[in-house]
Amino acid sequence: MTARVGVVTFPGSLDDGDAARAVRIAGAEPVRLWHGDPDLHGVDAVVLPGGFSYGDYLRCGAIARFAPVMETVVDAARGGLPVLGICNGFQILCEAHLLPGALTRNQHLHFRNRDQVLRIESAGTAWTNAFQPGQEVLIPVKNGEGCYVADPATLDQLEAEGRVVARYVGGNPNGSQRDIAAITNPAGNVVGIMPHPEHAVEALTGPSLDGLGFFTSVLKHLVGAPA
Amino acid sequence: MPRVVVDVMLKPEILDPQGQAVANALPRLGVDDVASVRIGRRIEIEFTGEPDLDRAREIADKLLANPVIEDFTVHLVETDETAGAHP
Repeated sequence: MTARVGVVTFPGSLDDGDAARAVRIAGAEPVRLWHGDPDLHGVDAVVLPGGFSYGDYLRCGAIARFAPVMETVVDAARGGLPVLGICNGFQILCEAHLLPGALTRNQHLHFRNRDQVLRIESAGTAWTNAFQPGQEVLIPVKNGEGCYVADPATLDQLEAEGRVVARYVGGNPNGSQRDIAAITNPAGNVVGIMPHPEHAVEALTGPSLDGLGFFTSVLKHLVGAPA
Repeated sequence: MPRVVVDVMLKPEILDPQGQAVANALPRLGVDDVASVRIGRRIEIEFTGEPDLDRAREIADKLLANPVIEDFTVHLVETDETAGAHP
């Protein structure tokens, strides 16, 4: 049976369409989820897409965290549901305390939009098992508030537990501590990533097809996961 | 009606690039005796009943501030002290 991957649309989401398309290209059925509907409609995984949910009011992701759909996503994620937060979705996962740390204004204050090389540090998560550890991938980055910060003890813990999922290579676009581009929770089912794998899934529109690996990973994970 | 004011500031160890940008602009105004600028957020809360500082602290902790990167303080003010009111 085809895996069903939910993509949430918040007011102000931008990349929900691209995320749904990436899910389809990877071979799964995208299911559009609405911020005001707490029902996950039986999906096997959830993507929180990029954009500016609720206009980035207060802090990026701070209001989206309280959306009705997020209450269900948080509970399901704690129960093992694979959840990928991209850009604004990463910010929402941090605000929802599913991932540690916070994303703050880029240190140089400029919005950064470029193709970025990343090194996959952990291929043990639900969203990166299609990669080899140490593999370099090329994926667009586009953010104004992508500077990952956490206290030194949290950073050390992330490193020690292999929970840094990807790092920026060839220049850090936003000042993130320890060049962190993506992290995961202890169980490896929740991943937050600042760059945009959903924009690198076909030759016509992306700099590479490297982003597809994140979406094929979750399909691989679901096949192996107990029902 | 008294209001509760919540002041939210980035923790001292968190870099404030916005504040730095403002500080860097000051010499262009001829101001050269400012050592640093940090930018925060002030939120005014009006309760339907009596102002409740504990409730305001709870709101600040859960939503208005992100304790990972920000500290906050709460205090009461009379309406005529709040921003935008006429003296």
